[in-house]
Amino acid sequence: MSLKLELCMGAVAALFAGAAGAQISGNLVKIGVLNDQSSLYADLTGQGSVVAARMAVEDFAADKKGMKVEIVFADHQNKADVGSSVARKWYDAENVDLIVDVPNSAVALAVNQITRDKAKAFIVSGAATSDLTGKACSPNTIHWTYDTWMLANGTGNAIVKTGGNSWFFLTADYAFGHALERDTEQVVLKSGGKVLGKVRHPLNTQDFSSFLLQAQSSKAKIIGLANAGGDTTNSIKQAAEFGIVKAGQNLAGLLVFLTDVHGLGLNNAQGLIFTETFYWDLNDSTRAFGKRFAQANRGIHPTMIHAGVYAGVLHYLKAVEALKSDDGTKVIAKMKDTPTDDPLFGKGRIRADGRKLHDAYLVEVKKPAESKYPWDYYKIRATIPANEAFRPEKDGGCSLVK
Amino acid sequence: MTEIFGVPTQALFGQLLIGLINGSFYALLSLGLAVIFGLLNIINFTHGAQYMLGAFCAYFLLNKLGVGYWWSLLLAPLVVGAFGMLIERTMLKHLYKLDHLYGLLLTFGLALVIQGLFRHQFGSSGLPYPIPQELTGSRNLGFMFLPNYRAWVIVASLAMCLATWFVIEKTRLGAYLRAATENPALVQAFGINVPRMIMLTYGFGVALAAFAGVMAAPIYQVNPLMGADMIIVVFAVVVIGGMGSIMGSIVTGFVLGLVEGLTKVFYPEASNTVIFIIMAIVLMIKPAGLFGLQK
Repeated sequence: MSLKLELCMGAVAALFAGAAGAQISGNLVKIGVLNDQSSLYADLTGQGSVVAARMAVEDFAADKKGMKVEIVFADHQNKADVGSSVARKWYDAENVDLIVDVPNSAVALAVNQITRDKAKAFIVSGAATSDLTGKACSPNTIHWTYDTWMLANGTGNAIVKTGGNSWFFLTADYAFGHALERDTEQVVLKSGGKVLGKVRHPLNTQDFSSFLLQAQSSKAKIIGLANAGGDTTNSIKQAAEFGIVKAGQNLAGLLVFLTDVHGLGLNNAQGLIFTETFYWDLNDSTRAFGKRFAQANRGIHPTMIHAGVYAGVLHYLKAVEALKSDDGTKVIAKMKDTPTDDPLFGKGRIRADGRKLHDAYLVEVKKPAESKYPWDYYKIRATIPANEAFRPEKDGGCSLVK
Repeated sequence: MTEIFGVPTQALFGQLLIGLINGSFYALLSLGLAVIFGLLNIINFTHGAQYMLGAFCAYFLLNKLGVGYWWSLLLAPLVVGAFGMLIERTMLKHLYKLDHLYGLLLTFGLALVIQGLFRHQFGSSGLPYPIPQELTGSRNLGFMFLPNYRAWVIVASLAMCLATWFVIEKTRLGAYLRAATENPALVQAFGINVPRMIMLTYGFGVALAAFAGVMAAPIYQVNPLMGADMIIVVFAVVVIGGMGSIMGSIVTGFVLGLVEGLTKVFYPEASNTVIFIIMAIVLMIKPAGLFGLQK
């Protein structure tokens, strides 16, 4: 064979390889659900998020469209190093195109950076820190469900308005807790309230009585719980035990999930006010989703994080279908260009900084007597429209916003 | 108001009392470990899982059979203790002649399996368990509200710890037990059924863990991971107190509870590491632990 012919063949091969790159790699869209599968956030993310991702693939009817989609999942154990190495392995060795969920802001910030370096795609549902669309924003990341600014704004505002103007923070001592405390403090100060003190507790603490006593002696009207999952339920339960609410102080759970309320029982949780972006009992399509989800997830109904995984994956698959490519940067850009529409969050859009916009709901936990059927836990007190619920784009300090 | 290092004394008293409550759990759990290690030479890593099983047992008794807290306090340790003896008979007894490491690996593996099964079945959010009617409410001590249930925890665990110490160190039965560990062949020659005694001892150590689990259920919720979170700390307590020392583990349990409580006031960020720092220091100065005997 002449050298010339060989070169020609090489060029043709290279051309094909190039063409393949613009298509779906390996003819397979591989989605990795990375979250806490075993510890304090496992019920509000965990296998439920895997179930939600599978439902999205099912509802997208990928096989009928000739697309092959595979879901894999892993446990990051709430450790940034474990999460990072899984993300690297998935991207480098296992051809994962998209990582979803990733609760625990510390892990999410790490995966955010890796995804950007590898030019893949990342849809955050579980993590809360508003830095993901602020100073850490990335052209490869979309922050779907909620964030600390939204929680602070929704819950903080509502509480200060009803007279809760002096605060003491009980904060989980890592990226998420710090961000939630910071964003809430800003809201409290801006509305004329004051912050009397704060105490930072290690992640996954069993006994909060010591911290609660410190909060009690601060004489603050509101004890703000800047923590999540098992930490929040333990704080609430033990506050009741030590008579803190009876003695006149009120608790503000800044991030409470449906599964937390379930674990606490309505007796302990009644009257709590907080902000959510999804509730299974909102309308017919959320109810249908909730029932289907619960059947596949040991009866546990979906949290807003599960809903975010479902909607995020659905929107992602639509973008991949439209582009006929799973190139991370291009798909994320396409997702931002396309208005969103799904049965759970309704119509919405994604901003340049990666923030997905939808309504938020200020909810109150029902009294035991008001709950008529299983998982009937919330009363919707107010709907915060999408354009007010999230931090204005210009305030985040995201470099992608011109 | 007087202050110590910028903390009002009243607040400090409250914190010390809370430290004592947590210390009660450390003491109860490390006591069980110490009994098992002292008499069987087994490092029982399933202890945390058995503590969790105690809490779940109470939960099932209440929700499936309508059996309340007080009976659970008796029944759950019996059930879980029996389960422990089954483990001892079928698995552990084959390991006595081998290195400690084998027992550790087996019990650690068992703990992972048991916890994994429960987590799979019941999730990680925990299930509620109410405080018994008689002990609800709290009393005002002037410097803090002490929930009645927590006061009961201190009293009950202290009583249980002292009773165990008394039986093992001061009675004839305890003397047999200690003799059987020193020289099983000789004790057997006196007509005492040593394997059965060892089985019962393991069962008792496990029952202590289950007892602590029932006590913990109303405070911490019933959670498949409650033991996994606790066991590492409790091992540190045992190491600090001295492996196998009964009184050592009781005293260290309560004292470390207090130390941890104080850390939560002065530097809360370090509250879950302080015990390990102390452990490192103790190991450097006195490798056998504060109350352990050099062998």
